[in-house]
Amino acid sequence: MSITYLAAIREAQAKALADDPRVFIYGQDVATFGGAFKATKGLSEAFPGRVMDAPISEDAMVGMAIGAAIEGMRPIVEMQFADFSSIAFNQIVNQAATLYWRTGTPCPITVRLPSGGTAGSGPFHSQSMEALYAHYPGLVVLTPATVEDAYSMLLEAIALPDPVIFCEHKLLYYHLKAESLPVENLPIGEARVVRSGQHATIVTYSAMVHESLKAAGMMAEDGYHIEVVDLRSVKPIDTDTVLASVARTGRLLAVGEAFPWGGVTSEVIARVAAEGFDLLDCPPRRLNARDTPIPYHPNLWKAHRPTADTIYSALTNLVRL
Amino acid sequence: MSPVTAEKFITTYRWMLLARILEDRIASLYRAGGAIVGGVYLGRGQEAFSAALGVHLSRERGDVFGGLIRDMAGRLAFGEPLLDPARSYLGSAKGPMRGRDGNIHRGRPTEGLPAMISHLGSLVSVVSGMLLAKRLKGDPPCVGASCVGDGATSTGAFHEAMNTAAIERLPLVVAVANNQYAYSTPTSRQYACENLVDRAKGYGVTGHVVDGTDLEACLDIFERAVTAALETQTPQMVVGKLLRLSGHGEHDDAFYVDPHLREESSGRDPLTVAETHLLEKGWGTPSDVDAWTADAVERVREAMTQAQREGGPDAAVETWEALASRHLVEGGNA
Repeated sequence: MSITYLAAIREAQAKALADDPRVFIYGQDVATFGGAFKATKGLSEAFPGRVMDAPISEDAMVGMAIGAAIEGMRPIVEMQFADFSSIAFNQIVNQAATLYWRTGTPCPITVRLPSGGTAGSGPFHSQSMEALYAHYPGLVVLTPATVEDAYSMLLEAIALPDPVIFCEHKLLYYHLKAESLPVENLPIGEARVVRSGQHATIVTYSAMVHESLKAAGMMAEDGYHIEVVDLRSVKPIDTDTVLASVARTGRLLAVGEAFPWGGVTSEVIARVAAEGFDLLDCPPRRLNARDTPIPYHPNLWKAHRPTADTIYSALTNLVRL
Repeated sequence: MSPVTAEKFITTYRWMLLARILEDRIASLYRAGGAIVGGVYLGRGQEAFSAALGVHLSRERGDVFGGLIRDMAGRLAFGEPLLDPARSYLGSAKGPMRGRDGNIHRGRPTEGLPAMISHLGSLVSVVSGMLLAKRLKGDPPCVGASCVGDGATSTGAFHEAMNTAAIERLPLVVAVANNQYAYSTPTSRQYACENLVDRAKGYGVTGHVVDGTDLEACLDIFERAVTAALETQTPQMVVGKLLRLSGHGEHDDAFYVDPHLREESSGRDPLTVAETHLLEKGWGTPSDVDAWTADAVERVREAMTQAQREGGPDAAVETWEALASRHLVEGGNA
């Protein structure tokens, strides 16, 4: 048996619905249709009345979830695409993220964001919005890169008493497979060293973990051993694991699929520079998407985001510094 | 529909009086400078409309009152402790927001008083979500109220929330206080429909219109709306026409308000209208009014004196943690 990243997300929601009567799912086309990506397929039949279609009103969807959370429920909101969460931005960053701080009332909502680019999706169905949400205090922002993490981190997210932005990568939905679902896993907040090395560290997350692993494989053929750290959670960031890796390698490349200005890669570089400057043998580098909207045509899209080839190229330069 | 009783009228009038006296005290301290922390935004002119809603909601029934900027009277009528606004405005650490947020933003979400944010219209869906959760949990029937002004009706959040509440058939009462100005913007620059209640039809909810300065009319309309929300499990939209009898905040002298509006029926002071009405009906005497006033003054004095004695929040003992999951709180200034 093998299970995809998408099926893991569906199974995690099925388990949460089965185990916890406080859980319900609210989103566009999530009920009978099973969601635009089928992440909720079959759940409305299995859990009648607890998987509800919402109108095209992202602001109201999240507002409703916040109200339900105040009343002790554990809502999961599915954004059809991460990009559309911009409509709910106010409710997420001003209402949900401030509620506990202001009133002492926890806000346990999970907002699922089908994130990242796929060929042909264009400017409004491809965005990576983790940095925007991570900027705001009061939110937990998760970026699972594996089937196992998608499953266990989603279950943990639903159980947390805080608002969680769950960035699931669309490119991983169908292609990424695991033999089984995990029984236990690293907790939220801990990064994972997914490949050990000694010549340089890549710190990355989400789909870029897989591009980075490919690039590390290419570097191995050149005789360089690259360590790859999967952040798993971008808020909070596991700075200790990052610094420990940089201590081993002395070189840092931070890779992200999001736009280049600010963001997760900047945060990683800033933390290493501030807390581990003496660990670095050369200036840290970062690689992101280009500073344009995300292009529609596959020829352009492939050249917009980092890929194994561009990461390999960046690493080649980094190890020579 | 039962006529408004003397008892209900007087009860509500006294909440209006308490709110007015409290807000007058806060405004005078604000103008004197020093004691009040942050801005002061008053409900003057809106007390009848707000209190008449508050008295028809019941904390025991599990109702929700999502008050906004000018709902001091409604909040108190719903059961908010008088110390909550006193402590908030005077910056006491014992206030419900502990100095982390203030004044009109105060609330007790788990006690049916969600705490508004500055983004108007965005609380309507939060109240709706509370009602949805109560339904999912199988709680006994209850009502949720959300208050907005004419300005908030222009937001996308308001539109999304109204439409969603209608779809979900929630027992929601949306009180629209058309106080004719959103800060300095008149209604001619806010909406182009003839009356805001026309929108109710578009959302598929029941619309009600009332003279927001007339307490008896407000009590009647909110009794109808709350009963209808409970019995039909559908949203009700109540539009009250009135005039904001203050600036947007106490920093604002409202020079832009058309003086003719103050001469119109909707420009009346609801407190004066109510007092005249109860005297005419023989529901009270001038000495009763004096006694109620004296009682409210004393209650306000007690609450303000207590809050004033309490210290403000201490930055040194503040946790600076925005998450309930303490193990996920980041260290801060890296």
